[in-house]
Amino acid sequence: MVAHKTSRKNISNLHVPEPLNRPGATPDFSDLHMPDLVSDKTHTLPRPIPLVDAFETEQLASGLVRVLTLDGRAKGPWDPKLDADTLRLGLRNMMLTRSVDKRMFIIQRQGKASFYMKSLGEEAIAVASAMALKDDDMVFPSYRQQGLLLTRGYPLRDLMCQVLSNSGDKLEGKAIPICYSSREKAFYSIGASLGTQMSHAVGWAMACAYKGTDGVSCAFTGEGATAEGDFHYALTFSSTYRAPAIINIVNNQWAISSFQGIAAGASKTFAYRGLGFGLASLRIDGNDFLAVYAAIKWAAERARTGGGATVIEHFTYRKEGHSTSDDPSKYRAKDEPNAWPLGDPVDRLKRHLILMGEWDDERHEALEKELDAYVLKTYKEAESFGTLTTQTGINPATMFEKVYEDMPEHLRRQRQELGI
Amino acid sequence: MSDQVSQKPKMKQMNMIQAINSALDVKMSQDPDVLVFGEDVGFFGGVFRCTAGLQEKHGLHRCFDAPISEGGIVGTAVGMGAFGLRPVVEIQFADYIYPAFDQICSEAARLRYRSNGDFTAPITIRSPMGGGIHGGTSHSQSPEALFTHIAGIKTIIPSNPYDAKGLLIKAIEDNDPVVFFEPKRLYNGPFDGDPHSPAKNWGGHELGLVPEGHYTIDFEKARIHRAGNDLTILCYGTMVWVAEAAVEATGVDAEIIDLRSLSPLDLDAIVKSVTKTGRCLILHEATRTSGFGAELIAEVQEHCFYALEKPIMRVTGWDTPYPHALEWEYFPGLERCSRAITRIMED
Ligand SMILES: Cc1ncc(C[n+]2csc(CCOP(=O)(O)OP(=O)(O)O)c2C)c(N)n1
Ligand SMILES: [Mg+2]
Repeated sequence: MVAHKTSRKNISNLHVPEPLNRPGATPDFSDLHMPDLVSDKTHTLPRPIPLVDAFETEQLASGLVRVLTLDGRAKGPWDPKLDADTLRLGLRNMMLTRSVDKRMFIIQRQGKASFYMKSLGEEAIAVASAMALKDDDMVFPSYRQQGLLLTRGYPLRDLMCQVLSNSGDKLEGKAIPICYSSREKAFYSIGASLGTQMSHAVGWAMACAYKGTDGVSCAFTGEGATAEGDFHYALTFSSTYRAPAIINIVNNQWAISSFQGIAAGASKTFAYRGLGFGLASLRIDGNDFLAVYAAIKWAAERARTGGGATVIEHFTYRKEGHSTSDDPSKYRAKDEPNAWPLGDPVDRLKRHLILMGEWDDERHEALEKELDAYVLKTYKEAESFGTLTTQTGINPATMFEKVYEDMPEHLRRQRQELGI
Repeated sequence: MSDQVSQKPKMKQMNMIQAINSALDVKMSQDPDVLVFGEDVGFFGGVFRCTAGLQEKHGLHRCFDAPISEGGIVGTAVGMGAFGLRPVVEIQFADYIYPAFDQICSEAARLRYRSNGDFTAPITIRSPMGGGIHGGTSHSQSPEALFTHIAGIKTIIPSNPYDAKGLLIKAIEDNDPVVFFEPKRLYNGPFDGDPHSPAKNWGGHELGLVPEGHYTIDFEKARIHRAGNDLTILCYGTMVWVAEAAVEATGVDAEIIDLRSLSPLDLDAIVKSVTKTGRCLILHEATRTSGFGAELIAEVQEHCFYALEKPIMRVTGWDTPYPHALEWEYFPGLERCSRAITRIMED
């Protein structure tokens, strides 16, 4: 199955796992550890009450919770039974995210931004999560959940100005593109050190419990970064203090160029790791808007009612390069994204709505056009505030601000030395 | 001194452990957002007893044991701080702060900056540091320079009970993350750097006389431990007391400056003193190369070059791990410091 143009032999006993489809191979996912997708078996996994004993979630952690069948029906006990307006809103938010990603990728290629990261194929995870949570539940994202911000109505122009690092950037060009922060939208500041946000989310959740609020924190990490200590700290602390947190692992199969098996090792699923900590654990179809929505709702209710944290593995696929600096054709089969057996989240929700008689191709196309036009128009506004490569318009004196609450003497002296 | 003491304070004789305990108690009583946690700090009250009685007095939810996970302790504290609490966490020994280093350096220190003020981490990280208790490689380190090198945190090292309490309260109230190192050899009394001289305690010592209630000491304000005209000695923590003994032994009219706050640094006090004395000796227990002394030397030569009569000198720990059996050969004790004073005073 693993076809290599040049064969890279391993002549030792050291086990080094390899992905299913290296460049040149015809992608084949039949060996992927996944339950039978064709039969409806995965749609009949039970939905226990949210306060169930954590260990009773075992089959949910090793199986795959799904609602949408590949042909667009909603099936099984996890169906959140959302009305058509909510579904259309979800579809819209996913399409908006996709359209923004497309535009920002283009402008990065035009040299107007230093960097960008798309979330193509993973939009359901961020969008459905934001819709299932309360607007003031603090989310602790990785860099691939821009859909959270967009769903919560963060001004698109502000988001784009952040990517452009221009004078419209609310962060005054301090952070690299995509490291957004918005306390107002309960969106925690993204740092670039992988995994560190996980224990912040648990600390935040502990603070919610300490203060007696019904707040819940909701953290996201890629599957690759679960190998960081911080992931384990987060599970330990949320287990010990029964923190009202939701710990999401977005398993998009790739961590830059290393496949998920490098982080997973021989473990059954990523979700399964939660069980060892006594946390309720679910593995769900991350390309299934309804499954994500249902799982986050379930976990949020569990957290809010004192049941503690839930670990959710979102089984999905990163359809594009890791970032604008990456070329995935160097390490994986070209057609892998199209061969992914769980389809595309936008297509699947669209098909579902059409099947319900609540949507059609014309409306879909029209919405796509409308969003693209809105994104382009907003981008033009954003660019009028400058770009990194032309003029950022950012006052150099701001460099010394917000290091501390008050500027200490030595920074004052350094600012003077810079001549401002 | 710019210390702000509320009303007329009732004073009490305390050692450094009691002073730290009192600071925590005062803040926990005043502010329900102050939480204390760390390894063994709850029921037991900490391996050095700094949190003794706090759980009983303020409740299990205010002072509790944490998993043995320094990264998790600081990481959760950052999240709590972002929420709006003021966690004070204990890292059991400074030697074990490294698993938390990423959370301190990449997260606590940068959160305000990268979010442009949207989120902050008003947390205090307390940790016993330094040698003199036969702690060997793993219970003696002085890693302060690793932290002064990081923009966005403050690094504080008190040398006595009075300062410890006022500075710790200040640290808890500060809206930036503070790393607060406690020289463990000073917990029970000042230490002159001679392991053979009888142990002293803080009883009867004027710096052991501590207000019972709330007071703060500003950062960025060094303390003139001893005024003098012929030599400036820059030091902090345990070395303040070694400096005092060495000055006494050599009979030199030295000015001993206890920096207390390494970052931010009271450069004015340093420049003023060295300009007056023309000689500068730096003492620290930490290893020499890239130690905080190097930073002090750079600042002193830049600002006092024309006032200097002799090259700036430093006495430090050797560039080795902290040995167990040879602790006193490693420690920059009375003898080495006295010798340096004598040398720098030669014409
Ligand atoms: C501590 C740390 N190590 C390494 C990196 C570099 N890096 C950035 S993203 C990435 C891969 C992460 O993969 P995964 O967690 O699966 O998330 P995904 O990109 O798939 O969303 C790496 C290695 C980093 N940002 N932080
Ligand atoms: Mg990944």
